[in-house]
Amino acid sequence: MNRLIYLDNAATTQVYPQVLDAMLPFFTEHYGNPSAIYSFANEAKKAVDQSRSTIADLIGANTDEIYFTGGGSESDNWALVATAEAYESKGKHIITSKIEHHAILHTCEYLEKRGYEITYIDVDEKGTIKLDELEAAIRPDTILISVMAANNEIGTIQPLKEIGAIAKAHGVLFHTDAVQAFAHIPINVDEMNIDMLSASGHKIHGPKGIGIMYIRKGVKIRSFIHGGAQERRRRAGTHNVPGIVGMGKAAELAKANMDNNIKNVSELRDYLIKRVLDEIPYTRLNGHETNRLPNNANFCFRFIEGESMLILLDQNGICGSSGSACTSGSLDPSHVLLAIGLPHEIAHGSLRLTLSEQTTKEDIDYTVDKLKGIIERLRSMSPLYEDFVKNHKE
Amino acid sequence: MYSEKVMDHFNNPRNVGEMENPSGVGTVGNAKCGDIMRMYLDIDDNGIIQEAKFKTFGCGAAVATSSMATELVKGKTIQEALEVTNKAVMEALDGLPPVKVHCSLLAEEAIHAALWDYAERNHIKIEGLEKPVNDISEKEEEEEY
Repeated sequence: MNRLIYLDNAATTQVYPQVLDAMLPFFTEHYGNPSAIYSFANEAKKAVDQSRSTIADLIGANTDEIYFTGGGSESDNWALVATAEAYESKGKHIITSKIEHHAILHTCEYLEKRGYEITYIDVDEKGTIKLDELEAAIRPDTILISVMAANNEIGTIQPLKEIGAIAKAHGVLFHTDAVQAFAHIPINVDEMNIDMLSASGHKIHGPKGIGIMYIRKGVKIRSFIHGGAQERRRRAGTHNVPGIVGMGKAAELAKANMDNNIKNVSELRDYLIKRVLDEIPYTRLNGHETNRLPNNANFCFRFIEGESMLILLDQNGICGSSGSACTSGSLDPSHVLLAIGLPHEIAHGSLRLTLSEQTTKEDIDYTVDKLKGIIERLRSMSPLYEDFVKNHKE
Repeated sequence: MYSEKVMDHFNNPRNVGEMENPSGVGTVGNAKCGDIMRMYLDIDDNGIIQEAKFKTFGCGAAVATSSMATELVKGKTIQEALEVTNKAVMEALDGLPPVKVHCSLLAEEAIHAALWDYAERNHIKIEGLEKPVNDISEKEEEEEY
């Protein structure tokens, strides 16, 4: 069994060879510190500027509004904590959604313990945030709305433009965690009235350990990592030049191929969804049918549990992920699946498959063929299925 | 993450299935937490467990502990079966990751639930056996849907 079918691209992606090639000279050749004066560091400095400009261009931002960070989680933490501190005099109320990544939710919990009040807005059964609830939650002391661009588990794309318009109308800052959406779907910070945006390198075929935060000019949040004058004094630490170059190269490739990728990957995703729903009974698709990330498919198979499914898929060389309790390290299944209204026992049987541009139709066919047998096998062992069959015979 | 024995019992579960006329059957766990085990026992007139079968909804460890538990109780007397504790199941599987220890507890409870059902059907009292707390009625289960 040598075949590897990697369908966990929402977890991380392969670094593209072109990206690695762009990065390599910055380890051994142009290793100078871009903050240095001497000309030896010029190549590194130029490369950092170039990457910043490419990334800014991709989201319609100005170059000096892009700040390099250690990754998406750092950006999310920075956005929330620094906004809370900087705008404390205006108020201590933040609005977010129930389906955010834990980098947002756990930071919100941290702030709650320090006297901030957080409102968690509901989503509908497809995972789209309820805009009327969002607007109604805004108070005079609301300082920030943070809603993700697209959900990491179920792929639903949020109405960023509408959220941005609401935030602007009420004079509230709008941050979006775009870790899953950045470079995958078009985002424009001006058209969508986004004030802050988090993104990560390794979700777009760039390296791990690098991310960005976009901060609109005029937003007064300060440094989160202290210690140096890098990043306009807002993010200390020697620049991760190879990482920055890699993320820039990955963004460049993503921009050049975005239209094609969206079209091709969505088609393959829809083919996967159709086959699974047609050929495996008692299965549901989680998330929005069409308004979802091009590469995301998320299913629930009734009567079975996710971890068992993942082990059996792994034995067939297929990498996927699940929102079951056993894979989350707690007793509860994914908060996202519960937020869209699924009962616990159905949420335990979830499977997320996330494609990339490299995924082929053969990969999908192989996966669905294996998956059918796996589901059948686990159901034949399931007391829930046994009861279900008995009840339906009577 | 799992020992070879756990993987073996997950991949080739022993005694998986239903039983037509069991002497006792017990279902423990709940769908909310993601683990349900049902154990069927066939106990002869001498009080020896002739056969054990199981069905499990749950993770790899849940399947493996159920499988091992059925293996361990087969051929044993009721009193001997009561000594098949979660620790015994875990040891027989060469250990479990800490987060999966509850699966072995569930396996122990499944044995107890099946024995409790056997005792009730036969109007006897099994010394040392208390009513399993985790037992769930079939009715509650159906309502979940």
